[in-house]
Amino acid sequence: MAKQISILIVDDEESVRDSLYNWFIDDGYTVECAEDAKKALFLLEEKNYDIILTDVKMPGMDGLEMHKRIRTMNMQPIVIIMTAFASVDTAVQALKDGAYDYITKPFDPDDLSHLIRNAAAQVALKNENETLKKKITTLIDVEDLIGESDAIKNVLSEVESVAQSNSSVIITGESGTGKELIARAIHANSPRKYFPLINVHCGALTESLLESELFGHEKGAFTGATFNRKGRFEMADGGSIFLDEIATITPKMQIELLRVLESKTFVRVGGNKEIASDFRVICATNRDLKSMVKSGLFREDLFYRLNVVNITIPPLRERVDDIPLLATHFIKKYCTSMSRDIIRIESTTMDHLMKFEFPGNVRELENMIERAIVIGNGKEIKLKDLPIIKDISQNSIESLDDLEKKHINQILKKYNWNISRTSRALKVDRVTLYNKIKKYKLEQE
Amino acid sequence: MKQKPIILVTCGHFEQRVIKLISEDITNVFQHPVENKECSLDINKHYNPGRRQYDANGILEYITSLAPEQAIKVIGLYRVDLYIPVLTYIFGQAILNGKTGLVSLYRLRNELYGLERNNDLQIERFRKVIIHELGHMFGLIHCHQTNCVMRSSSYVEDIDQKNRDFCNNCKILLQEKL
Repeated sequence: MAKQISILIVDDEESVRDSLYNWFIDDGYTVECAEDAKKALFLLEEKNYDIILTDVKMPGMDGLEMHKRIRTMNMQPIVIIMTAFASVDTAVQALKDGAYDYITKPFDPDDLSHLIRNAAAQVALKNENETLKKKITTLIDVEDLIGESDAIKNVLSEVESVAQSNSSVIITGESGTGKELIARAIHANSPRKYFPLINVHCGALTESLLESELFGHEKGAFTGATFNRKGRFEMADGGSIFLDEIATITPKMQIELLRVLESKTFVRVGGNKEIASDFRVICATNRDLKSMVKSGLFREDLFYRLNVVNITIPPLRERVDDIPLLATHFIKKYCTSMSRDIIRIESTTMDHLMKFEFPGNVRELENMIERAIVIGNGKEIKLKDLPIIKDISQNSIESLDDLEKKHINQILKKYNWNISRTSRALKVDRVTLYNKIKKYKLEQE
Repeated sequence: MKQKPIILVTCGHFEQRVIKLISEDITNVFQHPVENKECSLDINKHYNPGRRQYDANGILEYITSLAPEQAIKVIGLYRVDLYIPVLTYIFGQAILNGKTGLVSLYRLRNELYGLERNNDLQIERFRKVIIHELGHMFGLIHCHQTNCVMRSSSYVEDIDQKNRDFCNNCKILLQEKL
């Protein structure tokens, strides 16, 4: 949330102080008043103000003198001089002394609003500039990467420490936990941040397409290759390449990838010239690569080449405390993009959300909020707007393990204990299914 | 419906039709009954001959001193040109979270800006300013939503831009305050 702008009004006339106080309070600013320069300087020793609106003619020290004193203090508020005695000399002197602006009483309401709005915008810019400067030296914020729970804080601290190195990283986590966001955060905080982050969704491409996508191709290399094309490794030169769903690549591609990772050189499809590229590899998967290595589905040497650092993102159900923060963030995001008023979420609905399992993790929560904004009444998100009522009502006191056991058993029966068909239906690999059968001591009747 | 009334103190002549519209607006929005009291306060002592305007702060203090205990809010309706010391003019004035406020029709007339007289538009503006000031009295601050009645208005055109209703956020805030 943006910091509230604080204003100090310095004027010897009570009616002026009161009028300005009421005017600015109505606008939502934090306002304090001082009847003379002495009191104002006393207040300034105790507290920083963003904007100071001061009269010139006051008993004792005048506004211009007070402004000079403020400038010697270790603070830089925006000072606006106001006076009932308009004089060009005073105005010039005030501006020479570094005043932000000069205004003559009485003001037009619009002039006053504009003046303060512009000054407030300048304060906001100054604050933003300071924040951005801090961000350059600390962890760069990545939109949507939100959470206050220990689980996500640990992930972020891992991101911060790994970002500075050049090591390969594997990000693991269930689908929808935000693996791509973590990859972006690593890149954005690394010395490579000024170079591109190239994303490749390995699962979405066939072997030949992935090969051409990663290494590029020469004109005439295959039907349809009508021009030379740079590959993703070449495009990532100086930056990072993010290989999503790395577990889905074929054994042939695994060998090719290993070779590229070791030599940092490759040849375009249909080409004969070796191309060098300096990139950092960040991979992501929702599968258990170790067990894939054990079952021979993933090359061990490639696994160790990639798995220098492993970051595991916890599923949303393990960081329930972050659900309100995430929900509020998504409401703001979608209401803004749909040009709607920012709406609230009913407290009982939030309680239900916090009890929901979210098998689809943060992505599921995000989609749920977007849907609720679209179909809701535009004022408040209610329980009926969320597709969780049915799931909640179906919730029994059974544990997750019990439910999983029951579900696996059901599907196994359906496919007559055909492991391949069951694992395809459950969208897990055979090894995982065998492990689950062993874990839950399931037996064919 | 709540018990404590919001009192409309009318100073000068206002058509019954207009008072009825305003009372309905207030009852609908703030859920308090409305009582209308004609008053013959002498506001001449708040007249500033140098500015040829009336000091709104002075009148507001006067209304506050006379506000009956049983009323939840008291709002004065005027036809004179109001000012506060720092501003050249105001449409209305209220104390944030306070009991009293005042609004004037004077600056809401089209004729003042060289435009054709339009009574309906003037009354519509008046109704918006009254709800705006009562909003402040119930603790709402200015809102940045273009159509919200709590948006700050320096010119009559600004008043015309907004609705006579609160945005969702202000509505929720108001419900909490009521």
